[in-house]
Amino acid sequence: MTMKPNSNTRMDLEAIRAKQEAFGANRLWRGLEELAETPEHRAFLEHEFPHDPAQESDGVPRRDVLKWMAASAALAGLSGCTKMPDQKIVPYVRAPEEIIPGKPLFYATSFVQQGVATGILVESHMGRPTKIEGNPLHPGSLGATDIFAQASILDLYDPDRSQSVIHEGRISSWTAFLSQVADLRTNFLATKGAGLRILTETITSPSLGAQIQALLKEFPLAQWHQWEPCSRANVLEGALMAFGQRMNTVYRIDKADVILSLDSDFLYSGPGAMRYARDFAARRNAEGAPSKMNRLYVVEQGVTTTGAMADHRLAMRFADIGTFASALAAELQVPQAKGFEGRKSMQHKWISALAGDLLKNRGKCVLLVGESQPPAVHAIAHEINSALGSVGNTLIYTDPLEAVPDIDEGLMRLTSDMDAGHVQALFIFGANPAYSAPDFLDFSRKILKIPFRAHLGLYEDETAELCHWHIPAAHVLESWGDARAYDGTLSFIQPLIAPIYDGKTSRGILAAFQGQSDKTDYDLVRDYWKKQRSEIDFDEFWQTSLHDGVVVGTAYEPRTVKPGATLCSFDCGDAGAGEGLVSIPPEKIEIVYRPDPTIGDGRSANNGWLQEAPKPITKLTWDNSAQLSPATAQSLGVKNGEVIEIAFHQRAIEAPVWIVPGHANNSVTLHLGYGRRRAGRLGTGVGFNAYQIQTWSRLRMEFDPEIRKTGKTYPLAATQHHNIIETGNGMPVGQVDMESQNAFARDLVRIGTLDEFKKNPKFAQEMAEPTPPKELSLYPGFEYNGYAWGMAIDLNKCVGCGACVVACQAENNIPVVGKEEVIRGREMHWLRVDTYFRGDIDRPETYFEPVPCMQCENAPCEGVCPVGATVHSPEGLNEMVYNRCVGTRYCSNNCPYKVRRFNFGLFSDYTTDSMKALRNPNVTVRSRGVMEKCTYCVQRIQAAKIETEKQDRSVRDGEIVTACEAVCPAQAIVFGNINDKNSRVAKLKAGPRDYTLLAELNTRPRTSYQARLRNPNPEMPSFGKV
Amino acid sequence: MAQVFHRSTNTIARLSIYGAAFIIALLGWAVYELSASPYVTEVNVAKDQPIPFSHKHHVGELGLDCRYCHTAVENSSAAGMPPTQTCMTCHSQIWVNSPMLEPVRASYRDDKSIEWIRVNAVPDFVYFNHSIHVNKGIGCVTCHGPVGDMPLTWRANTLQMGWCLDCHRAPEKYVRPRDQVFNIRYQAPENQEELGKKLVKEYKIQSLTNCSTCHR
Repeated sequence: MTMKPNSNTRMDLEAIRAKQEAFGANRLWRGLEELAETPEHRAFLEHEFPHDPAQESDGVPRRDVLKWMAASAALAGLSGCTKMPDQKIVPYVRAPEEIIPGKPLFYATSFVQQGVATGILVESHMGRPTKIEGNPLHPGSLGATDIFAQASILDLYDPDRSQSVIHEGRISSWTAFLSQVADLRTNFLATKGAGLRILTETITSPSLGAQIQALLKEFPLAQWHQWEPCSRANVLEGALMAFGQRMNTVYRIDKADVILSLDSDFLYSGPGAMRYARDFAARRNAEGAPSKMNRLYVVEQGVTTTGAMADHRLAMRFADIGTFASALAAELQVPQAKGFEGRKSMQHKWISALAGDLLKNRGKCVLLVGESQPPAVHAIAHEINSALGSVGNTLIYTDPLEAVPDIDEGLMRLTSDMDAGHVQALFIFGANPAYSAPDFLDFSRKILKIPFRAHLGLYEDETAELCHWHIPAAHVLESWGDARAYDGTLSFIQPLIAPIYDGKTSRGILAAFQGQSDKTDYDLVRDYWKKQRSEIDFDEFWQTSLHDGVVVGTAYEPRTVKPGATLCSFDCGDAGAGEGLVSIPPEKIEIVYRPDPTIGDGRSANNGWLQEAPKPITKLTWDNSAQLSPATAQSLGVKNGEVIEIAFHQRAIEAPVWIVPGHANNSVTLHLGYGRRRAGRLGTGVGFNAYQIQTWSRLRMEFDPEIRKTGKTYPLAATQHHNIIETGNGMPVGQVDMESQNAFARDLVRIGTLDEFKKNPKFAQEMAEPTPPKELSLYPGFEYNGYAWGMAIDLNKCVGCGACVVACQAENNIPVVGKEEVIRGREMHWLRVDTYFRGDIDRPETYFEPVPCMQCENAPCEGVCPVGATVHSPEGLNEMVYNRCVGTRYCSNNCPYKVRRFNFGLFSDYTTDSMKALRNPNVTVRSRGVMEKCTYCVQRIQAAKIETEKQDRSVRDGEIVTACEAVCPAQAIVFGNINDKNSRVAKLKAGPRDYTLLAELNTRPRTSYQARLRNPNPEMPSFGKV
Repeated sequence: MAQVFHRSTNTIARLSIYGAAFIIALLGWAVYELSASPYVTEVNVAKDQPIPFSHKHHVGELGLDCRYCHTAVENSSAAGMPPTQTCMTCHSQIWVNSPMLEPVRASYRDDKSIEWIRVNAVPDFVYFNHSIHVNKGIGCVTCHGPVGDMPLTWRANTLQMGWCLDCHRAPEKYVRPRDQVFNIRYQAPENQEELGKKLVKEYKIQSLTNCSTCHR
């Protein structure tokens, strides 16, 4: 450690702590900047859009702009006289039977992430896919999707996708490649495939797995390697340790009364996350639920959405989590854990209370361990789950999902063979090891020794650059295929569109190599299943499976396995590096590598929606950072945005610091996936590449790095302090007296415990000033006699994943603005997920609150619009008429919830042809100078109303589903007609936890919230705190 | 000191002050007239098409139903333009050698769409839905004019917002029985007002004039 503490920052943090203490335990705060009350932060808040366009130096003096504006205003009337240009109508020659122009079709297919399938339904407008929804039939989706599935449609139309076959840097052709492959085939047939290597990502597809196996049979000396930079290998290896074989674990979160997560972000990432979030949220239902509310304990190193949902959260270094697990095993008197008695001193009060709760709920509790944790921790978890009777109740073991599960050392073997000259030809399917392989493997140099290198990928990426051949890959929406869901359910993939750039698939290339280049992917997949399902009526099976996208009832059967390992042998050293438990001295700093929450392992780096989606908790966009706790930042003397150099074994990276309240001390989180060299126009050169210092992909933690301050700072675009809801008297947070601040802050997110709720169900409504009576107004109120649209958001269910933000973006043609504009506070998301903290800055509680337009009945924005561009509908929608808007921004200025977004520039892409096909044809693409905002997906409301009017009936509850509601894995958002007393939304609004934001302003919002409840354990030492 | 301006300047000044009001009014009138003129609205302007398709012949004289070609009109926002295949249902049998129909045959042969010039168009920020109008008893010719008399098709109405609102504010003036929607020779009865009111009630026609009805 070569750093000296900086006296200034120390002062800052001490002041912040003091400020927070003065606030007391109930005051919500949004970040350290707010607590610190720096002048920059105050200035930022005082301006609605902190960077006044008039102050921007784009070379045009403000006065000139005003002159031109006057001139254009004078001529504005004439714009009504423009003649519409002649348009062409281009009908089909032979119309496809099922297409009705103007009506979308939905096709079921699957989205595959790290090999694991999630069912999706894709909306297609006359042959062009525009929006992805979840497949309600699919067990891994149940109608929801995550941000990655939502955003994958943007990749389909990405103009940076590779568009042609490249041979040694020049454009070539598929036929040229095929002839070369044919030659190779002849050569390898003679040598039985010696030197032939295939490198893939994780494959769960039964048909593709079988195809590769068939190829290996034909070429017995060929080898198949797999590379997944953020793989689940540790999970599989953990099962191997415990059971002697690799197993997949499927959790039944809905059956668990008590859940313990050890570093597992099971509500957000990993196979089955959406299903787990659904099951978890269903059990957060306090009133009228058939079963009791569950309790979640989270022990974790970083702050995740799962940690934020915890009833009790303990932050601890990654390295200590194994120790925690073994101490818990000892406390629970797990037979195999006898040797761990000595560790019981760790967090003893916490562990004994936790153990008591787990034992009380034997058979109704479950322990989950994060994918990153070393195998030994997984093995201990298996023992604990077995001892607690979870197996068969709250979790089941099944066969592994992977076609070949023991794949992990693949890349290491491959590179050493490459170096030794044993590899004659390498086919890389999708993987990008030139970017993501650990530095010590020296992959990028060794690969050059191979005489024939071919790469199949969506982008001409870092690996493509090193290969003789690059073949553009077909997007998942352009392909045929199959894959397994988190529980083994067979899921089919069918194309929505013919490959736009004539992309190929690994199936096609393998078939070519097998001398079957005449076979299409469709033939290959169908033939495989025809062989598998020969005993039944195959055509019916095939048609039904494609229609449903999933073969219901094909989940893997539970397998009975008995753990029987001696856990104590896992102590460091015995099981090899990275496998066993480690214990590092408490004062040492550890580095933890994790896939980025929005970019993943780097493959989504060129996706603008994902880059701009605020990351849960930190709300950072467009960058990764070195995340650390306030105390660690204090001891290192660093502030947000300061660049530090982190060095290991002569390898170093520079990373900007981001302080995360609640992060474990003496621990630094580095997110992988950034620092791409060849990602595309958006992703190249963004952030830093943490793979560069990682020793080995399965080693997610290393300790004792060299950390050095560089003296540089780096601007980070975090949206945490954008669009702040102001206090009632018009002053920004931080400038009014403490009492009203506290009252205000309590008002926004109302939190109670389950016991408080049982004592007084209306606690949330009594917390703040009630809505003023209707008679307050001199004018008679408007009678909403027909439909009255409203929304209820259950904060008890929202897990803060942000899928709603991306779904809204996809549905409503919301543009991406880029990092510079985000820093100026001009991100365009109509829906944002606010994050609030409460309590001690070292271990705060974290709360999420999705904020769409409130659709106020007394909307403050409407009265101030000089041109009537925002008006009220008889159904209670606060309508925004883009074609009327002249961009005064008065409405946004007057909106207390800050949900309006202004097109400061021409943010919508009007020029890229491929992007035009992506747009939702039912929503206007907004131009520069126009205000926009959430409309409760009015296009969906109108479509449903028209359909029901034609059938001479009214809209049924649940018939209109807004984009955010549809995507929500936790079903936290409910939309409907509040005049229908039997609708779900009306019932929620009538519930005791219902409240609206800033009710005292008499805006009468149609969007209301259900108060958040926590279910703490009274035995816990931190009872009353998280 | 001598006067800078001549006496007559007073008159000019007065004239220009009073005149300004007239000039502005005149300009406003001119703009209004222009925006309402066929030059801008294209009302009654027949458009040249790649094939001189005559609604007058097909609909007025032969009596084809609108829905024979515009198949989606009852189900979708778009009425639907017929694929070449629809033309060929008849024209593979009759007028098979007509030179006028060569583009149709060429389209069918080469699998290349016929590119028609759009006649009735609303701006991109207007979301019009055919199916709901047709289902609520608004006849095709109410908006599209006497299609059965159009040798080349022209726009019969301005399709401007004021024109839309005329009907949306008083649907009883235009609504007809559902079974008469596709009748191009339908004549509104003497008691349209009375019938209209009855139909508005029967068909549950709402007078929707809020913005998001059409603008999203």
